[in-house]
Amino acid sequence: MNAISKDMSGPLSSFAQRLNDVEGAERQAAIGALLRTGLPDRHVEAWKYTSLRPLSAQEFQAPPAQYDAAQAKSLLDNLLSQHDAVQALPRIVFVNGRFVKDLSLLPEGVDVSFFSQNSLTSDVQASPDRDPLVALNTALVDDGAILHVAKGADAGRVLLISLGVAGDTAISFHPRHSVVLEEGAHLALLSLSAGVGPYFHNPVTEVTVGESAKLYHTTLQTEGPQAIALATTYVQVAGHGVYNSFALGLGSLLSRHEVHARLNAPHAQLHVNGAQNLAEHQVGDITSVITHAASDCISRQTVRNVLDGHARGVFQGKVLVEQVAQKTDGYQMNQALLLSENAEIDAKPELEIYADDVRCSHGATVGALDDDQLFYMRSRGVPEAQARHILIAAFLDEALSLIEDETAQEYCRAMLAIRFSAERKAA
Amino acid sequence: MSQFLEISGLCARIDADGQEKQILRGVDLTIPPGEVHAIMGPNGCGKSTLSYVLAGREDYEVTAGSVTFKGQDLLAMEPEERAAAGLFLAFQSPIELPGVNNANFLRTAVNAVRRARGLEELDAVAFLKMAREAAKSLSMAPDMLKRNVNVGFSGGEKKRNEVLQMTLLQPSFAILDETDSGLDVDALRIVAEGVNRLRSPDFSALVITHHQKLLDYLVPDRIHVMAKGRIILSGGPELAKRIDQEGYTKFLAEAA
Repeated sequence: MNAISKDMSGPLSSFAQRLNDVEGAERQAAIGALLRTGLPDRHVEAWKYTSLRPLSAQEFQAPPAQYDAAQAKSLLDNLLSQHDAVQALPRIVFVNGRFVKDLSLLPEGVDVSFFSQNSLTSDVQASPDRDPLVALNTALVDDGAILHVAKGADAGRVLLISLGVAGDTAISFHPRHSVVLEEGAHLALLSLSAGVGPYFHNPVTEVTVGESAKLYHTTLQTEGPQAIALATTYVQVAGHGVYNSFALGLGSLLSRHEVHARLNAPHAQLHVNGAQNLAEHQVGDITSVITHAASDCISRQTVRNVLDGHARGVFQGKVLVEQVAQKTDGYQMNQALLLSENAEIDAKPELEIYADDVRCSHGATVGALDDDQLFYMRSRGVPEAQARHILIAAFLDEALSLIEDETAQEYCRAMLAIRFSAERKAA
Repeated sequence: MSQFLEISGLCARIDADGQEKQILRGVDLTIPPGEVHAIMGPNGCGKSTLSYVLAGREDYEVTAGSVTFKGQDLLAMEPEERAAAGLFLAFQSPIELPGVNNANFLRTAVNAVRRARGLEELDAVAFLKMAREAAKSLSMAPDMLKRNVNVGFSGGEKKRNEVLQMTLLQPSFAILDETDSGLDVDALRIVAEGVNRLRSPDFSALVITHHQKLLDYLVPDRIHVMAKGRIILSGGPELAKRIDQEGYTKFLAEAA
């Protein structure tokens, strides 16, 4: 088996020892796929703007069984204390990629099981052949939540929380989550992530929205400042079903939020909205591939980026309209506010349309804060830093207002306000 | 002992499309506490520039002269420090702030100024009560507090919103830059009443206007005529009537 490590170069070598020890046919197959392609470098079109080189800088160990429990508790308290309505919600908590029962409060309306007790094979949309990060996840996964909402059930709100707790040694964890809503089911899912120390969080989430079912999915990424977080989500939506998602990215040194969504039957709806607020040397990548595979479907994507310092935002959005997908209604908009001369946004919107009766539009804008607005506010006594934050919040707010679940919307606003006030105190 | 507001020899220029343009060419003006002064003058004479320089707008470069406000060097202060010290500029064209709720913005401004003045901040309830009363006294529709700052406001609504801000921020010195422009007679009266309510021995104002009408309501203590970046003539309220009847040309010729 030692032969494997010889073939590993670049970022993949950071996982060499662990990949050597992997057993099981499916995981071996994933490693085979990984060895053929390696982890992508910037010559791969889908990774042209985001380099995985930071993964090469260190070796990532498997998370040890023991972790700093006090630190995990404090991270969790910090997430929950920001909003009263969130504190009381059922929650499924993972620390370093493994479910922790003591920190969790399992929901009633959802059937919850775990990958640690299941085999990997289920209804798989995520294919190791297509995406090396999925292959890496498949090879190294050791846990994840499987949520199942029964036909017609309204499961209310559920928190899915990932905490990364790393000490001096860099660790990586690769959870595999699955969310299935049967016909007519309803769920509001809030995925939260936070952490400390050097770690790599590589979750893969598979979502299936049944006929006329509705999933509100809000992702709030507040990973630690040394974290690398590369999340891939696969979504399929059945007829008259709705997947309404919003991803807010605030943390991580390097992050990617990648969604592959497929509208499978007529009158399905998809909202893949998001926002990120980055500073210093943060890199945040929002990538999506939306496939209209049936007629009369709607897809909506509004993304807003606020970039300060040397931060870089990446937006890649592809909308693919297959020939059968007549009467498609698609909209995509990416907007960026650059707060410093060194901040950067790379935007790559793509429309690929094979149907002839569709309505699709897309656009992108880049701008800076308006001096007239800043002066106006300052002349009313508002200090400059606060005036800037009010304008930034107003810019992001137009995106945040798209979050359909009110509690999730308020929560995201609260987290953003906390971020701003911390920045002002630090200044 | 320095005056309440003392401007002497003030020169300022702006960099317009790579060309430096001198706009203020030695403004001398003193405003004692409790007085309302008016500045009149033809378009382009530097009236608005003077107001922006006093409020601290960065596009203008002060090349000579000084401004002291209550004994402090006004020109060394940031715009927000000037507001905290008691200066308020009512904008000729108030700025729209999309996505910023008017009541929230007003409360943020009032509390920032109160904090800087060493006063306790107001909670949401106390503030809203005060803001609603002030809005009502200016005959503003109640929903204007709920809307975004100046977005979709008519010209008159914007000007009233400026006076509302002024009322709540309680300045000791207000500059009203053509607050009367674009107002009908009723709105003009309401705005003027709003300013008059603030009048006290501790409140001074500099009113920039083209028209006699506003001055009928406000009745200034002194009137100054500005031309080519300087004050060329000062006098009592009767000066406004003369300008109204005779136009600026005669004054400019006299001063030349």
